[in-house]
Amino acid sequence: MTSLAMTHARFQLIETARIPIALFGSAFFPAAAMLAFVVPFVGSNAEYATAATASMVTFSVMSTNLFQYGVGVSEDRAQPWDPYVRTLPAGAGPRFAGRVMAGLTLMLVSLLPVILIAAFLTEATVTMTAFLVALATTVVIAIPFILMGLAIGYSMPQKAAVVVAQLLFFPLAFLGGLMTGPGMAPGFVEDLAPYLPTGGAARLMWAAVSDFPYDFSSIAALAGWTITLGWVAVWAYRRDEGRRFS
Amino acid sequence: MILARTEDVTRRYGDKLALDGVSFEVEAGELVGLLGPNGAGKSTLVNLLTGIRRPTSGRVELLGGDPRRPENRRHLGVTPQETGLPASLRVGEVVDFVSAHYDDPLPKGELLDRFGLTDLVRRQTGGLSGGEKRRVAVALAFVGRPRIVFLDEPTTGLDVQARRFLWDGIRSFSAEGGTVVLTSHYLEEIEALARRVVVIGGGRVLADDTVDAVRGLVAVHRVSLTLSDALPELAGVASVERDGDRLHVLTPDADRLVRDLVAHEVPFRGLEVRPTSLEEAFLTITEDRTPAAA
Repeated sequence: MTSLAMTHARFQLIETARIPIALFGSAFFPAAAMLAFVVPFVGSNAEYATAATASMVTFSVMSTNLFQYGVGVSEDRAQPWDPYVRTLPAGAGPRFAGRVMAGLTLMLVSLLPVILIAAFLTEATVTMTAFLVALATTVVIAIPFILMGLAIGYSMPQKAAVVVAQLLFFPLAFLGGLMTGPGMAPGFVEDLAPYLPTGGAARLMWAAVSDFPYDFSSIAALAGWTITLGWVAVWAYRRDEGRRFS
Repeated sequence: MILARTEDVTRRYGDKLALDGVSFEVEAGELVGLLGPNGAGKSTLVNLLTGIRRPTSGRVELLGGDPRRPENRRHLGVTPQETGLPASLRVGEVVDFVSAHYDDPLPKGELLDRFGLTDLVRRQTGGLSGGEKRRVAVALAFVGRPRIVFLDEPTTGLDVQARRFLWDGIRSFSAEGGTVVLTSHYLEEIEALARRVVVIGGGRVLADDTVDAVRGLVAVHRVSLTLSDALPELAGVASVERDGDRLHVLTPDADRLVRDLVAHEVPFRGLEVRPTSLEEAFLTITEDRTPAAA
């Protein structure tokens, strides 16, 4: 089953690599946001720049996964190839795992410019240990957003998936405190954020790269979101029968 | 031994009834054709048997179990729609991808050779011609050394040579004991391969018989003639439609009808005999068999 998951991942990556503009798109926006907002406004303050980079990484982890899976999966489901793959003797597991592996690879590639910009154009700084912890954290916080994307992708048609992903991502970013530095959001956002997937994820990232404390109720909430979204994603996959009208 | 079976299966999409109480069985080694016009319920039946969809009610069984469970699909082969091959992947890559799902797949070289695809192995599927895509699609059904394959219109639209080549491939699979379910809305394609034909229309099994018997059932001709009088009572007339003084008569035996018209000295003009489409033939069968159908 693991080798089958690798096969699914490999073919996803081959397909993406043959249309490189898709890769360019997901790498471009986080990098552009870094250049437009982080570098000019907080670039010269090491503490703020580091936290802002962590927020930007969280933001792009959320948006790439939400769109990559939410829109990508619903697009795939509309292709006549998808029902064929469902007749092959494999269940949801390897396909899910393969998609997730391919998605993580693409996500890390698209984060590379963000890290390079932070390192060379701002005062942001981390120790090697903190960098490795942050890298591991990035993979962990990607999971709930991957599952959220899969839940959207498998439960609705393409046009609805695009809209829902767009509707979700801005409020999640704002209410999760990604638009502001740690402790600087409006009061109700500060109260709510730790319990949203975005806020929980950002707090883990801040804790990884600065002396921001780990907050266990926030971590518990993030774990709860992950389990719930995983359950919804699996439920949506099982109930999915491809296109409605054929 | 029965490899595939539905028992009183009904499938709805919203308030549309796609299959209505269908019971159907395929024995090991059979070569069965599923014949019906578009929208008759063929695809739905195949989708249920291959585990893509679940029935609204009734029971579906494939290779001894529920086709929605992956382990019951280990010896199943299905053709994808040739329009759906992943455009950016090469032919060889698509074969590798499908092979990875089976315990004991056919070696790639052997499969490509058997379906005449060896020269196409490096080509991206998006750049293949319609006929080449069709050959790739049919080949994919055989990757996993299946015991039963479902082929959807495998040779429609191919040139004569490519068609014969695929027919030979399907026949040799059958001769080695493989089971084939072929769907088509062309009787010709099914006649060339199948011994048994299941005719599906309006979500029901209308006939389940030998090719010869079904040919008689669906080989309806339309005889058109100009006649101002009424048509005398003649045997073998399925339906009569009047358009001004032009009459359109549907009949399973056009030769006999014409002989009868002459024998009765009917003063017709402008005689025209045409084979009907399967859709038209089905209208007559459906009217005969399900008089109360909505």
